[in-house]
Amino acid sequence: MLLSHKTQKKLLPFLFLLPGLLFFFVFQLFPLLKGLQISFYDWQLLPGKVSEFIGLDNYVRAFQDQVFWRAFKNTVLYTVVTVPGQMILAMLAALLISSLPKGRGIFRAIYYIPVITSWLIVSLLIRYLFQSPQGLVNYFLVDVFHIVKEPVAWLRQAKTAFVPILVLGIWKGIGWSMVIYIAALLGIPSELKEAASIDGANGWQKFWKITVPLISPTLVFTLVMLLIGGFNVFISVYLITGGGPMQQTEVMLSYAYHQAFDFLDFGYGAALSYIMAALIVLLSVLQLKFLRRPQEIF
Amino acid sequence: MMNFKGKWVKNIFLYLLAIVGAVMMIFPFLWMVSNAFKANVFVIEYPPQLIPDNPSLENFTRAWTSNFFQLYFKNSAFVAIISTLGTVLFSAMTAYAFGRFEFKGKEILFTIMMLVLMVPDIISVIPRFYVAKTLGLRNSLWGLIVFYIAGSVPLNTFLLRGFFEAQPRELEDAMTIDGAGPFNIFFRMALPLAAPALATVTIFSFLGNWDEYVWALTAIDDPLKRTLPVAIYSFQGQHGTEWGLVFAAMIIALIPVFIVFLLMQKHFTGGLTTGAFKG
Repeated sequence: MLLSHKTQKKLLPFLFLLPGLLFFFVFQLFPLLKGLQISFYDWQLLPGKVSEFIGLDNYVRAFQDQVFWRAFKNTVLYTVVTVPGQMILAMLAALLISSLPKGRGIFRAIYYIPVITSWLIVSLLIRYLFQSPQGLVNYFLVDVFHIVKEPVAWLRQAKTAFVPILVLGIWKGIGWSMVIYIAALLGIPSELKEAASIDGANGWQKFWKITVPLISPTLVFTLVMLLIGGFNVFISVYLITGGGPMQQTEVMLSYAYHQAFDFLDFGYGAALSYIMAALIVLLSVLQLKFLRRPQEIF
Repeated sequence: MMNFKGKWVKNIFLYLLAIVGAVMMIFPFLWMVSNAFKANVFVIEYPPQLIPDNPSLENFTRAWTSNFFQLYFKNSAFVAIISTLGTVLFSAMTAYAFGRFEFKGKEILFTIMMLVLMVPDIISVIPRFYVAKTLGLRNSLWGLIVFYIAGSVPLNTFLLRGFFEAQPRELEDAMTIDGAGPFNIFFRMALPLAAPALATVTIFSFLGNWDEYVWALTAIDDPLKRTLPVAIYSFQGQHGTEWGLVFAAMIIALIPVFIVFLLMQKHFTGGLTTGAFKG
């Protein structure tokens, strides 16, 4: 070896870092920074055309764009509906399954199946089930339960097109939180509950006074992860409604994607993505703060 | 205290509830499987039937032998396997550097990675498209692989760092005295000791890469370079009303996922979350 022992030792960590960091910098960090730059331009993708620097115009445009606000509202609606929906149903499922004397593993695995199935497949499945007039959901509503007289044209009306997306968001996510809740519930010492029973507490009181405070770090963890996941809704919207009808079900990321790859307005699409990224990083920072001192939240 | 009979009734009630829930969770899949076994159903049946009258494997053979389907399966397998190998090796090396060495800028570098980790991949799909185009990586499976590896290095570095930090120093010292170099120590000691964590990383990388849809859709135009998720979507477009055929194609694509799931069930239900809490 030509290098001194000391230099070798100094270089060593970078040999381990090199491949991972190379990928990270070139294909992850650089595109992110490039995206920020693109968002300040009227970006032209075709070679030979000049991209014009337009400063904050793309951002200003977003805030004056009706479809942007609709997409923002839909994203918030998706989050506000699916996050509590997933948490409540996951908690009920976790309480139910952890109270079973036998067969917990098999139920846990079954409830987890939607989690491991790709978004593509479940999105197409949901679209199939919500077809009109002859989809399965309509069959149940009209012919089995007689709740409505006529089949609902779910995906063709602005009012109902978001429903399958919400249903999918909740249904697919239950298993994820449930598995985490089961682990947390099993970690609660049974003496505490027995002591509360002796003191005359009922199940409801035990849940709110013992279970919830003890697993509150877990609840906060799932809450924040689900919030971030909710804001990231994209594939299901893209595949189930495509943002339609008439851009009524567009969410932030589907709108950004459509702007870039359908209208080839890369600058505007990048600006929309960056607004989204800012929101998500804000959420993540709150998460780090909360996760550090979970006991102070409740 | 409940008497014996009361407990019995209560348990039956709990199992019934759990079964109702389980049916809700797998009903769409049952429906998918049922329709995949119905041959030549061009119009949606009404009223729908869960159990097919004449179950047949025709949809599966038709899907499997249809245009390029086997090529797409191979493309997906190639992309998923190579990116998973790359992800596991490079993440482990990076995490090892963070876990075992002191170097200049260590914490700053780690913080940058964690910041990027918070930003979801889909946000940068537009500039990634630009980068891939500039580097000539569009319409190439390698163009998927490099971005898949890059996208998973930060998360896995974060998950694995703690495992390497916690490994006993004594073993390393003993190997050094025996004349082992640092790469020797890494491959013969550190990696084998971190095997359970690496297994989790492997599973999740493989599933993520096998299922990835958005980037594959964006980066690939050439029909011969498609991966399964993109192919299935366009398959659905071509065979609009032949859902049985589309479902058969989906089930074939799901087979590797379910094999991995069944083999590694324990890792699914604990591994990653404990990692997240330790961080």
